[in-house]
Amino acid sequence: MSKKGYYGRWGGKFIPEVLHQTFEELEKAYQAARNDESFWQEYLELMSTYSCRPTPLTHAENLSKHFGGAQIYIKREDLNHTGAHKANNVMGQGLLVKRMGKTRVIAETGAGQHGVATATMAAKFGFECTIYMGEEDVMRQRPNVFWMEKMGATVVPVQDGSKTLKDAINEAFRDWVSNMDTTHYVFGTACGPSPFPEMVSWFQSIIGGEAAEQIVTQHGSLPKRIYACVGGGSNAMGIFGRFLKEDQTDLVGVEAGGYGLETGKHAARLCGVDASPGVAQGYKTMFLQNDDGQMRHTHSVSAGLDYVGVSPILSDLNDQGLVRFEAATDDEVMEALDLTMKKEGIIPALESAHAFVQAFKEAPTMDTKDAIIINMSGRGDKDIFTIANAFDDPSWKEFIIERGKTYSSS
Amino acid sequence: MQLEAYLKERKQQKEILLMTHIVLGYPSFDTNREVIKQMVDNGVDCIELQIPFSEPMADGPVILKANQDSISGGTTIKECLEFGAEMVRTYSIPFLYMTYFNIVFKYGEVEFISKAADSGIAGLIIPDLPPEEGDNFAEKARAQNVAPILIYAPTTSDQRMQELDKYGAGFIYCTARKGVTGKQSEFGADFFAYLARCRQATTKPLAVGFGIQSRNDVQEITGKADMAVVGSRTITLVDQEGSDKVGPFIRELLGN
Ligand SMILES: Cc1ncc(COP(=O)(O)O)c(C=O)c1O
Repeated sequence: MSKKGYYGRWGGKFIPEVLHQTFEELEKAYQAARNDESFWQEYLELMSTYSCRPTPLTHAENLSKHFGGAQIYIKREDLNHTGAHKANNVMGQGLLVKRMGKTRVIAETGAGQHGVATATMAAKFGFECTIYMGEEDVMRQRPNVFWMEKMGATVVPVQDGSKTLKDAINEAFRDWVSNMDTTHYVFGTACGPSPFPEMVSWFQSIIGGEAAEQIVTQHGSLPKRIYACVGGGSNAMGIFGRFLKEDQTDLVGVEAGGYGLETGKHAARLCGVDASPGVAQGYKTMFLQNDDGQMRHTHSVSAGLDYVGVSPILSDLNDQGLVRFEAATDDEVMEALDLTMKKEGIIPALESAHAFVQAFKEAPTMDTKDAIIINMSGRGDKDIFTIANAFDDPSWKEFIIERGKTYSSS
Repeated sequence: MQLEAYLKERKQQKEILLMTHIVLGYPSFDTNREVIKQMVDNGVDCIELQIPFSEPMADGPVILKANQDSISGGTTIKECLEFGAEMVRTYSIPFLYMTYFNIVFKYGEVEFISKAADSGIAGLIIPDLPPEEGDNFAEKARAQNVAPILIYAPTTSDQRMQELDKYGAGFIYCTARKGVTGKQSEFGADFFAYLARCRQATTKPLAVGFGIQSRNDVQEITGKADMAVVGSRTITLVDQEGSDKVGPFIRELLGN
């Protein structure tokens, strides 16, 4: 690392002066936690009692047989409390907030999983909580909005810009610059100004640590490849980190191909040719932007991958050729989801299903003795409206219409 | 003339200076022209031209919307830079660019500074570029006689104020409070203690911005700061009452 908070040529801390002091304090608290073994012990204890860590590694025997190639293992972050990997980061930052003595937390959310995790943490630790969420995402992920509000959080729909994740991040920053004395911004992914990319990756590294032990116990050797979907990059960093030093394991990040890379309607920053270096939301990375530097509208069926930027650490790993990036289209995602439900009785989140797509493409070409791991970053229950819609499910439609009638007549 | 010298000379003749702000291309470049004419004719001392960016993190709802409307109306960086040069040619007061770093980064730091210098732009305000970031941006700007305007906030320590002062030129932009642009500010004891700290840290003129909306606000800081900065209020005024209300508003602010 040449300059502080940089990963190769990416990262940094492009923040307004008013936040300078806040970041100094955060950096200090973070470093103190990293140097204090009891902090990580406390974290592990919390994650094994309040959540179900370690989460299982499931051998997907039916899928493996179906493709006739590599043995497919699924890392089950869906079984983490609140249904996604997001809680790993959030509970860690929650412990840090207690140490810093702040009383209020704010967060952005796309899929709503990070928002739900933050609302959960706030309820448990007794913090006030406000969640910023793009209006389009509020519509796509309405069940999560309901749970956040039920846990006592205020959910603010953001109507600016593309009304998605990046706009929610801007609004959260606008709150933070006013309220930093009492408030911590629980950044939800491995992006943003330093030290967030590194800190979030640290908390998420719990995934890879567990997976490395589990695969050796269950399969007898390290995996040949690991697949993770990439929105901001936190679940990918979480599972990849431990394996960066393992030459025999290839790491594959899967971005949102939307309607297809050639259509321009996607959120692929590291594979494809549409992104270019930029500085926004406090950090330098590859952004989907026009020649003037204005951010473009992205598209993905999954709210959690529908984002213009990507972790600066992943941009650097891409430069170094240590992670390969691929994209999965909306249609491919629906197919993979369908197959996984039917064959394994497991419902991945739309985000996670991107990783399944690429694994399914590659598994048949691999040896049956080889193992691959798919990081199933979350469960698909939150996506019931989107998935039902994509499958054009007649009985579900009928149910919604009937439900609507009971509300409109009351 | 150097921006700092200009402001200091101007301050000899006035109790307080006034910097106004517009968002380029909002609602249109033609309206920008009308508004700027009224500003200059009614005694504004310098003008901040904001080049719109899709993610204006430090701006409140009014300026945010202006940025986004300008971009969706098709405003390009090229047009903004041509407009800036046109204003410098047309009027004798200094013009500054305010924008977010990505606009500069995408254009090329060196190329952007050179373009500004060639156009006669007096200074650059980039709220998401602390001096630790960028490729010695402040130094390169100073070398071309374009003042990098550094920002103080109430959360800035005395020591950091002195540090920032070394990088900056022209004047220091003191944000009146925490938060984003647009909301009303309170000018209480804490604020004046903060301004006194600013005064201690630098010999450059002090501009105070964020939440200055009325004659009363301007009077509050007169004698304690060198320049008042008015942003969101003029945008709202033009939106609601039209650009010909700007002249009377400026006169009222200055007590003329
Ligand atoms: C289930 C799930 N997976 C993946 C993501 C993408 O985020 P990241 O790339 O940080 O893991 C999200 C984000 O909302 C999510 O909810």
